[in-house]
Amino acid sequence: MLVVDKGTFEEEVLNAEGYVLVDYYSDGCVPCQALLPELEVIAEKNADKAKFVKLNTSKARRMAIKQKVLGLPTITLYKGGEKVAELTKDDATAKNIEAMLAENIK
Amino acid sequence: MSKIYDLIIIGGGPAGLSAGLYAGRSKLSTLILEKSKTGGQIVITHEVANYPGSVRDATGPSLVARMVEQVKEFGAEIKSDNVIDVDFSGDIKIIKGDKEEYKAKSVIIATGATPRNMGVPGEKALTGKGVSYCATCDADFFEDFEVFVIGGGDTAVEEAMYLTKFARKVTIVHRRDELRAAKSIREKAFANPKMNFMWDSVVEELKGDGILETAVFKNVKTGELTEYHADEEDGTFGLFVFVGFIPHSDIFKGHVEMDDWGYIKTDDEMRTNIEGVFAAGDIRPKALRQVVTATADGAIAATLAEKYMEEKF
Repeated sequence: MLVVDKGTFEEEVLNAEGYVLVDYYSDGCVPCQALLPELEVIAEKNADKAKFVKLNTSKARRMAIKQKVLGLPTITLYKGGEKVAELTKDDATAKNIEAMLAENIK
Repeated sequence: MSKIYDLIIIGGGPAGLSAGLYAGRSKLSTLILEKSKTGGQIVITHEVANYPGSVRDATGPSLVARMVEQVKEFGAEIKSDNVIDVDFSGDIKIIKGDKEEYKAKSVIIATGATPRNMGVPGEKALTGKGVSYCATCDADFFEDFEVFVIGGGDTAVEEAMYLTKFARKVTIVHRRDELRAAKSIREKAFANPKMNFMWDSVVEELKGDGILETAVFKNVKTGELTEYHADEEDGTFGLFVFVGFIPHSDIFKGHVEMDDWGYIKTDDEMRTNIEGVFAAGDIRPKALRQVVTATADGAIAATLAEKYMEEKF
């Protein structure tokens, strides 16, 4: 998964064409750490459908808030820079992420 | 034909890990099934100051990491799978996960509890948008913002104290006029200049367009409603909810006996009403839900599960 930061988020996510899935996480977020290995498997399987990136919100707090992300983990799917679907907290499971991808990317 | 384990432990929090440690040490073939994060609730706790032997600055994650290491050393297996159904009717218990079906001679249910939500309008939609149940996950979003903490127990007050490291102001909103938290915790809270208290109050409604903007509080004595709006410059604020727990027992309904609240009943030796099925930790009705009581339960359950198997098989 591509690591983005506040310098590259706009270019890689908001100005990107096609689908981009963003994993919002932080260093202190244990549920995020638990989810990551499963998310990496999903990213590999779906590499042809979407670009998978992760943003450490500890270093990009304002950017996350601007995207209305104030809770972790949050997994957001963008298309052409617009949010199309989002899973947060307990809903952010591997199963739900796969369903979200299947539902939105035909 | 799949392997038949001596013992399957459902849940990888302190109770499950402790049971796994004891069972592994007794050379039982042991499998721990955990649906998401090993460690359970304790891994989202920033400080574990009251577990005997845990030193100053011990965190939930560091304690759990040591427990996991210990469990693995003694040979128990830990798998990530979400249990969706069980069949306890035969001598061999069957456990169905999202990924696989498992079989065991004995089972320990250690699924624990999860934070309860308030059930007010707007709460679900604004979760992760200002509403949170996990201070260690979300505290740093609220650096220099205002934060409300709902609840008056140990967890609420301790997490509120943690949040004062980030927020410019933390207000505890409690439905009574005094805190239920332990005296030592209360004293620290009252001495903290960033802490404020709103007594006799509950949340009535939460509002915001994709982000938490307004909270409506109700005074339970007078019925008076107060609206709090986010500071214009901040645009939002935090609202952390710690109003108790609900047991993770839905999948066991109709399979083992529970009390009215959904906690799984056991005798003093962790036996449920079903032979070969034990329960340990927060999933049991008990007066004190802490790591120390969970690990004790786990140890007892594993020991009795071993005894059961020796007699039965």
